[in-house]
Amino acid sequence: MKLPLLALLLIAATAARADPVQVAVAANFSAPARQIAQDFEKDTGHQAVLAFGATGKFYAQIRNGAPFEVLLAADDETPAKLEKEGAALAGTRFTYAVGRLVLWSAKAGFVDDKGEVLKRGEFRHLALANPRLAPYGAAAVEAMSALKLLDAVQPKFVQAENIAQAHQFVASGNAELGFVALSQVMKDGKLGAGSAWVVPANLHQPIRQDAVILDKGRGKPAAEAWLKFLRSEKARAVIRGYGYEI
Amino acid sequence: MFSPADLAAIWLTLKLATVTTLLLLLIGTPIAWRLARMRSWWKGPLAAVVAMPLVLPPTVLGFYLLLLMGPHGPVGRFTEWLGIGLLPFSFGGLVVASVIYSLPFVVQPLQNAFEAIGERPLEAAATLRASPLDAFFSVAVPLARPGFLTATILGFAHTVGEFGIVLMIGGNIPDKTRVVSVQIYDHVEAMDYAAAHGLAAGMVVFSFLVLLALYLLNSRGRRS
Amino acid sequence: MSVAARFALAYPGFALDVDLDLPGSGVTALFGQSGCGKTTLLRCMAGLERGAGRLAVNGETWQDDSLFVPTHRRPLGYVFQDARLFAHLDVARNLDFGMRRSRGAATVKREAIIDLLGLGPLLDRLPERLSGGEQQRVAIARALLAAPRLLLMDEPLASLDHARKQEFLPWLERLRDELDIPLIYVSHAPDEVARLADHIVVMDAGRAVAQGPLAETLARIDLPIKLGEDAGAVFAATVAERDAEWHLARVEFDGGELWVRDNGTPVGRAVRVRILARDVSIANSRHDDVSIMNLLPATVVAHAAEDHPSQVLVQLRVGETLLLGRLTRRSAQRLDLAPGREVWVQIKAVALVG
Repeated sequence: MKLPLLALLLIAATAARADPVQVAVAANFSAPARQIAQDFEKDTGHQAVLAFGATGKFYAQIRNGAPFEVLLAADDETPAKLEKEGAALAGTRFTYAVGRLVLWSAKAGFVDDKGEVLKRGEFRHLALANPRLAPYGAAAVEAMSALKLLDAVQPKFVQAENIAQAHQFVASGNAELGFVALSQVMKDGKLGAGSAWVVPANLHQPIRQDAVILDKGRGKPAAEAWLKFLRSEKARAVIRGYGYEI
Repeated sequence: MFSPADLAAIWLTLKLATVTTLLLLLIGTPIAWRLARMRSWWKGPLAAVVAMPLVLPPTVLGFYLLLLMGPHGPVGRFTEWLGIGLLPFSFGGLVVASVIYSLPFVVQPLQNAFEAIGERPLEAAATLRASPLDAFFSVAVPLARPGFLTATILGFAHTVGEFGIVLMIGGNIPDKTRVVSVQIYDHVEAMDYAAAHGLAAGMVVFSFLVLLALYLLNSRGRRS
Repeated sequence: MSVAARFALAYPGFALDVDLDLPGSGVTALFGQSGCGKTTLLRCMAGLERGAGRLAVNGETWQDDSLFVPTHRRPLGYVFQDARLFAHLDVARNLDFGMRRSRGAATVKREAIIDLLGLGPLLDRLPERLSGGEQQRVAIARALLAAPRLLLMDEPLASLDHARKQEFLPWLERLRDELDIPLIYVSHAPDEVARLADHIVVMDAGRAVAQGPLAETLARIDLPIKLGEDAGAVFAATVAERDAEWHLARVEFDGGELWVRDNGTPVGRAVRVRILARDVSIANSRHDDVSIMNLLPATVVAHAAEDHPSQVLVQLRVGETLLLGRLTRRSAQRLDLAPGREVWVQIKAVALVG
C-alpha cells in the first residue's frame, strides 16, 4: 500500500508544479504582460497562460464562471467590486501599474508640449475612449474639465470603446488627435511617431490598474507566485519601460 | 422607460436601417440580377467578393474601412476631392459601412429568387414584345417578390443588429452615430444592466414584430 | 408570300443546318423525332436562339448577315410547350400583356378569341388554378393578341394526356380556319400533323430531309425517315351523303368514294381523310365476299423496303389520289405488284381527321 500512495503524491506534486496560472490581462497591458510572463517562467519554473480583453467583459465572464485565476485589470474599481462580491480573494489586491494619459497626434508637430492645441480647437475630431467605460476616457474628461475646455471640445468627441480603438482612430488620421495611453505610443522608452503632450498627473485622478487573485486561484501556488513576481523590481522595470508609473 | 439618449439611439437606428435597406435594394438588385444570369468565368469571383462580409469579422472590416475612408486612404482622398469631406464619424459613413456589411444578405436571396425564375418567363415576355428592361420590371421583379421580402427583412434586421462596424466607423457620437446596438453595448460594459435589458428587450420585440409583419404580408401575397 | 428561313447553328453534338421556303399562310408542320432540331429551328426563327442565317417573313426581313431583330421587336406569337403563363398575373392580365405592347393591328379581336377558345369563365383565375389544356388555350390566345405576323407553336399538346388532347384539337382546328397568318407548328405526333398541317417539313439530325404539301409528302415512299405504324396517306374529301339507318357517311374524293362512320359532319362539308398504310390490303381481283366495305380500283406506282426485311411499302394511285399500303414482301412477290399493275385496294379503316 505504501508504494502506490507515494506515487500518487508524486503525481500530485508534479501536477501542481506543471499547473499553469490562468491570467486575465487588460488589453492595454498586453505587451508588458507577455514579457513578464517569459521572465516569470524562466525565473520560477511556473507557467502563465494569458488572455487579453476588456476589463468589463472579464468582469461579466468571471461572474459567470470563467476559469481565470488572476485578473490584471485596467482600473482599480473592478478588482474591488469582485472582492466585495466574494469573487476575488480579500487581501490580495494591489496596484501593479499606474497609467499615464497622453494627448497624441499621428502628425509630427500637431500637438505642442503644453497641450495648447486643445485651446485653439483647430481640429475636427478628438478621439478618446468612452469615459463611461474606460479609465483613460474618464481621466481625459477630468483633465479637460480641469482645463475648463470640456464644453468647447465636447462636440468634437469621437468615442472609442477602448483606448486601442481610440489609438486606431488617431493612427489612421481619421481623428487628428486623441487621448490615449502613454504605453501605446512609447517605443523603447521614447515617443514612437507623431507628436504628443503627456497630460500632467495632477489634472486627473491616477489611473490605477489593480491586480487580484480570483476565487478560482485559491490555493494555487502558481497564482501566488505570479502576483509576487509582478511586484518584483525586475517586473517593475519592464512596466516602467512601457510608459507606466509604479 | 427609455432615456432621451436611448430614444435618440432608437430613432437613429431606424433611420440608418431604412436608408441602408433602400440603398441595398437599389444596389443589390442589379448585382443579383447579373449574378443570376451570368454564365461566364467571372461569376465565381464576383459572387465571392459580394459574400466577403460574411467571412470577415466586423471589427476587421471596420478597421479596413476606417483606413480606406480615412485621410490617407483612396476613398477618403476621393470624398475629400469631391468636397464631401471624410466619411468616418458621420451618418453617411455609417450608411456606407452598413451597405457593404449587409450586401450579401440582400444579394443572395435576390440572386436565388432570380435564379429560380429562370429564363422561361423572360423568353415568354420577349415573344410578347417586352424589352429586356420591361420584362425585368413587369415579370422578373413581381415573380421575385418573396426574394425581395426576404432581402428587405434580412437587410433591415442585419443593419439594426450590426455593431462591430458601427463602433469602428461611427465614433459613438450621440444623435449622429450612436445606434441602439452600441448603446446596449455601452450599458453592458458600464454594468448598467437594467438599462441594457430594457433596450435589448425593446429591440427583440421590435425585430420580432417587423419580421412577423413581413412574413404575414408575404404569405397573404402568395395566397391572393 | 412566303417564309424564307435559312439557319446554321452548331452545339457540341448537334448541328442545325436548314434552308427552307415555306408558304406564307396556312399551317406548316415541323415534324421529326425528339432531338432532330425542330424546336431549335423554331427558337432561331423567334430570335431566342442566335443562329447565323436569314429570316424573311412575307417580305419583311427579321434577320440576315448584318441584321438581327431582337425577339421583342419581331411581330410574332410563340406558344411554348409548357405554356409559360405569368404566374403573378391572372388570365385577363396574361392576355393583355402582349396586346398592350404590340403596335400592329390586331390579328384577332380580344372578345372573339376569348369566345373562340372558351376563356370567358377563366379570366380572373391565376395560372396555377388552370388545367394543362386551359393553360395552353390561354397561351395561344395571349400569343394571338400580340398581333403576330407569324405564329410559332412548339408542341402545344405535348403536356396534355390523350383525353385532353382530343378535347383540345378542335380548338386548334377552329383557330387554323380563322387565321390568315402563317403558323409553324412543331410536332412529333403524326396524328396531330395529319389533322392540322397543310404543309410539312420532315426533319432529321438538324436537317430538313423532305418538305412539301402534306398529302403529297406523306404519300411519298422514299422519305428518309420511316414512319412505321404511322405511315399513311392524308387527303381532302367532301361529305356527300349521310345514311341514317347504318350511321354511315359517304365521302367523295378525287378518285372515288369511301364509306366512313358518321360523326355528324353535315353534307357538303370539306373533310380530311387519313388512311394508314397498315389498314390497306391489296388484291388482284375484286372480292365482294369480305367484310371490308371500301374497295377501290388502283394502279401500283412504286414500292419501297421497310425497316423490317419482311415488310414492303407500296404506293398506289386511286384516280388522282395517292395511297400507301403495307404488306409482306412475300405477298408483294406472290401478287407480282410491279409498277403499272392494276389492282384492287381493300381499306380496313378510314379516319376523318377534321
